[in-house]
Amino acid sequence: MSALAALPESGEEKPLLHVSKLSHWYGERLGCRDVSFDVYPGEVVAIVGESGSGKTTLLNCLAGRLRPTAGVVEYLMRDGRARNVLSLTEAERRFLARTDWGFVHQNPSDGLRMTVSAGANVGERLMAIGDRHYGTIRETALDWLGRVEIASDRIDDEPRAFSGGMRQRLQIARNLVTRPRLVFMDEPTGGLDVSVQARLLDLLRSLVTDLGLAAIIVTHDLAVARLLSHRMLVMKNGVVVEQGLTDRLLDDPRHAYTQLLVSSILQV
Amino acid sequence: MNALPPTAATVAHDTPAYNFAYLDEQTKRMIRRAILKGIAIPGYQVPFASREMPMPYGWGTGGVQVTAAVLGPDDVLKVIDQGADDTTNAVAIRGFFRKTAGVRTTTHTAEATVIQTRHRIPEAPLAEHQILVYQVPIPEPLRFLEPRETETRTMHALEEYGLMHVKLYEDIARHGHIATTYAYPVKVDGRYIMDPSPTPKFDNPKMHRSKALQLFGAGREKRIYAIPPHTDVVSLDFEDHPFKVQTFAQPCALCAAEGVYLDEVLLDDKGGRMFVCSDTDNCEERRAAGHRGALAGDDISRKDRS
Ligand SMILES: [Zn+2]
Repeated sequence: MSALAALPESGEEKPLLHVSKLSHWYGERLGCRDVSFDVYPGEVVAIVGESGSGKTTLLNCLAGRLRPTAGVVEYLMRDGRARNVLSLTEAERRFLARTDWGFVHQNPSDGLRMTVSAGANVGERLMAIGDRHYGTIRETALDWLGRVEIASDRIDDEPRAFSGGMRQRLQIARNLVTRPRLVFMDEPTGGLDVSVQARLLDLLRSLVTDLGLAAIIVTHDLAVARLLSHRMLVMKNGVVVEQGLTDRLLDDPRHAYTQLLVSSILQV
Repeated sequence: MNALPPTAATVAHDTPAYNFAYLDEQTKRMIRRAILKGIAIPGYQVPFASREMPMPYGWGTGGVQVTAAVLGPDDVLKVIDQGADDTTNAVAIRGFFRKTAGVRTTTHTAEATVIQTRHRIPEAPLAEHQILVYQVPIPEPLRFLEPRETETRTMHALEEYGLMHVKLYEDIARHGHIATTYAYPVKVDGRYIMDPSPTPKFDNPKMHRSKALQLFGAGREKRIYAIPPHTDVVSLDFEDHPFKVQTFAQPCALCAAEGVYLDEVLLDDKGGRMFVCSDTDNCEERRAAGHRGALAGDDISRKDRS
């Protein structure tokens, strides 16, 4: 089983996200330290590690949800200029977060409005950027529900009535409706049954490919990284111990910790 | 606000335990500062140190404090509740200010300089010298979908109002039209989204460019907000579901008024009913001027309405 389709041509292309020497400390305790990597348009990067490895801290720093202690995170805006995410105003950052970015939480109820309909959940971002035509919003919501395999007759149901897998697919549709170029995902298949996980992975894989999305996926599950990512960062105790192309890293892990991870997963 | 109230003076003919209009001068100054800030930033909810009033919350303690802060000895006060001057709540508040401020009170809209209201805006257009004070239970229009106060404050600050349309979207998805009929959200002066308090949406257009100053007081929630005279107040909607006010199939049964807000009144226990003006003063003035509705001959005292 191979990873995603070939890496997009990177050539002279500028990275979409440029991360340099990023560190975060919770007081005396290390969150993550000296993390540097780039994400190119259309590229999927997996951040792999056990719980406590610093991967979620790193993700939250990248997505502007947590202010890092040190380092630089630059994002290539739609106008072609790279901006330091950390120096955006709150208004700019929130606008970016609901237009050009997505964030898929492990627990769908953290990313959905549980008391409004599926259609309104998908339509919210459109209304937030000024769409004022009900019919158009609803058509777009129907289209996106279809793309994440939610039946159109569920459009007026609240996510409370949905299964875990459906909720997660709804959360994905809610994020993708504004055609973001970068999506952050925190254990997107965590907490789901194995069969539901497989279906969700399949869906994510085709969405990412079809839409040319760049994504940063945090996971403790090497199988998720293998299926979805072009490149991997392996984290342990707050530092990246190894990074590289997913295929290379899984076939020929160099760091002892990566070797341990790979050997334990491949036996399953 | 015709004249400054006597400083720290008590009302001569009544119990000396009260300052003019009950509140002490320091408290009134604090409330006036909040009001001035509200006027300077139309539609913005200004926090204020709401005081205990000698009446329970839900009886309009926010409105009463605002009224107390703007009232002067020459003012003429009108109090309405659901459009009527004679409900228990309206009578009690009117009595409260007669007793504590010694001001004249009236039921006639045109005569009043300060009108405190719950649930309605008078039908007669208001004038520049008038102040309309609303009693507000829940001032935050975004609370319905976003209970976190820190988040709603950020949304106001950054003008992130998509959520308001989510609420209207839900209405249309469930009912086929925007079913919100009370507390219908508005945008004030092109900037802040505001809850007009539980007035019917029928009254929303009356807020738009009103000549009167409109003040809103929420006692329990400790918020004051304002619409200065001649300010744009626009009801939110969708392009394909534009804002519309309620319409009524027939005119007022007593005064034949059309284009006014009507209440349904049960006539007997056999299902007999009629529709009459919610604004009792408007109805009475029209009848005094000779207008007659279909049931005007019937002896329906206002007390039968409830
Ligand atoms: Zn009438």
